[in-house]
Amino acid sequence: MSTLEIKDLHVTVDAEKDTGDGTGHKEILKGVTLTVKSGETHAIMGPNGSGKSTLAYSVAGHPKYTITGGSVTLDGNDVLAMTVDERARAGLFLAMQYPVEVPGVSVSNFLRTAKTAIDGEAPKLRTWVKDVNATLDALNLDATFGQRSVNEGFSGGEKKRHEIAQMELLDPGMAILDETDSGLDIDALKIVSEGVNRFRAKEDKAVLLITHYTRILRYIQPDFVHVFVNGRIADEGGPELAEELEASGYDKYVKAAAV
Amino acid sequence: MGLDVSSHLHPVGSFDLADHPVPNGREEVWRFTPLKRLRGLHDEAVLTGTDFDVKVEAPEGVVAHSVPSAGSERGASGFVPTDRVSARVWQSAADVFTVEVPAEAELSDPVFVTFTGHGTAEAVAGQLLVKVGAHATATLVLRFQGSATFADNVEIVLGDGARLTYVTLQDWADDAVHHSTQHALVGRDASLKHVAVTFGGDVVRHDVTATYAGPGGDIEMLGLYFADAGQHIEHRLFVDHNAPKTRSHVTYKGALQGQGAHTVWIGNVLIRKEAEGIETYEENRNLVLTDGCQADSVPNLEIETGEIEGAGHASATGRFDDEQLFYLRSRGIEEKEARRLVVHGFFNDLIRRIAVPELEEQLAATVEAELSKNVLRDASSLGSSATMVKED
Repeated sequence: MSTLEIKDLHVTVDAEKDTGDGTGHKEILKGVTLTVKSGETHAIMGPNGSGKSTLAYSVAGHPKYTITGGSVTLDGNDVLAMTVDERARAGLFLAMQYPVEVPGVSVSNFLRTAKTAIDGEAPKLRTWVKDVNATLDALNLDATFGQRSVNEGFSGGEKKRHEIAQMELLDPGMAILDETDSGLDIDALKIVSEGVNRFRAKEDKAVLLITHYTRILRYIQPDFVHVFVNGRIADEGGPELAEELEASGYDKYVKAAAV
Repeated sequence: MGLDVSSHLHPVGSFDLADHPVPNGREEVWRFTPLKRLRGLHDEAVLTGTDFDVKVEAPEGVVAHSVPSAGSERGASGFVPTDRVSARVWQSAADVFTVEVPAEAELSDPVFVTFTGHGTAEAVAGQLLVKVGAHATATLVLRFQGSATFADNVEIVLGDGARLTYVTLQDWADDAVHHSTQHALVGRDASLKHVAVTFGGDVVRHDVTATYAGPGGDIEMLGLYFADAGQHIEHRLFVDHNAPKTRSHVTYKGALQGQGAHTVWIGNVLIRKEAEGIETYEENRNLVLTDGCQADSVPNLEIETGEIEGAGHASATGRFDDEQLFYLRSRGIEEKEARRLVVHGFFNDLIRRIAVPELEEQLAATVEAELSKNVLRDASSLGSSATMVKED
């Protein structure tokens, strides 16, 4: 069992433009409180620029963001005090919206290195190769995929499927999926969703699904839905909230936040 | 006196030393080079040192031997010295080490020539002539190691349809100075893969020029270098497209680490009026691993005809990419290991393209050894800001 607790989280980013207050920092998250437990799937929905991705990257430890207040704990341990790689080894995983190219590093080498780092020992060769092939195959990635350089020359769909493959193979307790659905056609969306559902079906897995659209929620049924506007959670509810958003959009929240 | 350098891309050469005044460092071709550290190779240093040995391993059918300069075929590539160092080598060197691969020979193994220097006090002049006969296929690996003050002229002549992989591996001791002038003449439909790998030495300056004896020739130049604190590594390349339907592809990649590490890459390409239908691309990438390094990168393309297939160049010098490191670390990989992966990845495709199996393992191991000097020792002291300079 694991529990991710985010309490009153405030985050700034180094601003590219003058922020007018002389600090050069722009506050993106303005007090976010959220608890995600094993066995639960949470969807965070919100318009562009609402801070959804900032939440994901802050929890993962991206150096661009500065935590100015609040706390993040995983089973009581201070996540914010951990390095990026320590967070991953503690059981956090972030499927990125824009996975980064690493030229010259093959997918298979990368996966094996990551698995070794997470487990603290090299995986058993025979079962590992079998696992990798089965995982890639289930995501409709062909056998030569392992020889390609990480994310280099991948199509948008391949990048997202590769993220899901990593999630399945590294097997974290807590997966944050940052707009994994964006830019996918319907077939790719189904394949990716099946991967997420396979992961959810395992014991004690938690998923935090960040999305702009309700489309993916037809394939991945969330237990909780949070509406994210202007750096805060503006509304919360069950799956029915997603249906409401599908019908009415984010307008009423955006207007309320602007007042 | 002095040579006609109206365009420094194609100066008129001369065998007469009087035509080559001692450079003062302000000349275009010398402006990056620390002349004071050349131990007089460009000036008056006596070039008759003999404190070295040469080992040759050649498969059957290859003729590899020393020939007195007077009776040699030197100049067969059309080489004429365009700077004082190479003119002095031409005057001073008594012999030409000649490697000949007969026409239509298919060598089973590479030819290895290993030069080991035993001291820097007396400067050495060397000459090498490589001749690969028509339609022959060969690989020649030249290895430099030990301590030396060394200047050499290398000529490479490829007959029609010949294929040569030429590797020059500078694995010198820290106190070596090596100035090399190399000229290749590529026959009709012949292909030359010229590979320069430079890890060692205090000052290494290679000036490589290549031209074609007929249409259809193909030149690939690959370079891999790793400069440590205080090291100066300079590669000056010039491909002279003087024949139609010829192709050239240049890729040089380097990493720099430590105070005063300096690399220079000059990539010159001239497309002459008669060189219709040619294709050329050159690129240089540098990875700056620590503060205090300098990477100079100057691509230069001179085009006299528009009737070509393509011409381009790219040059980029950057630090570790924060986003790459974040991505790898977010998968649990520790920072040092992430940096190691990125640097190996940076060089990997290049090592693969060199495609000399006998060297592959050694090159990967040498990259690893270089990394352990710095990147893997103390990752936390490194700068983390990302800078990227792009030209096109």
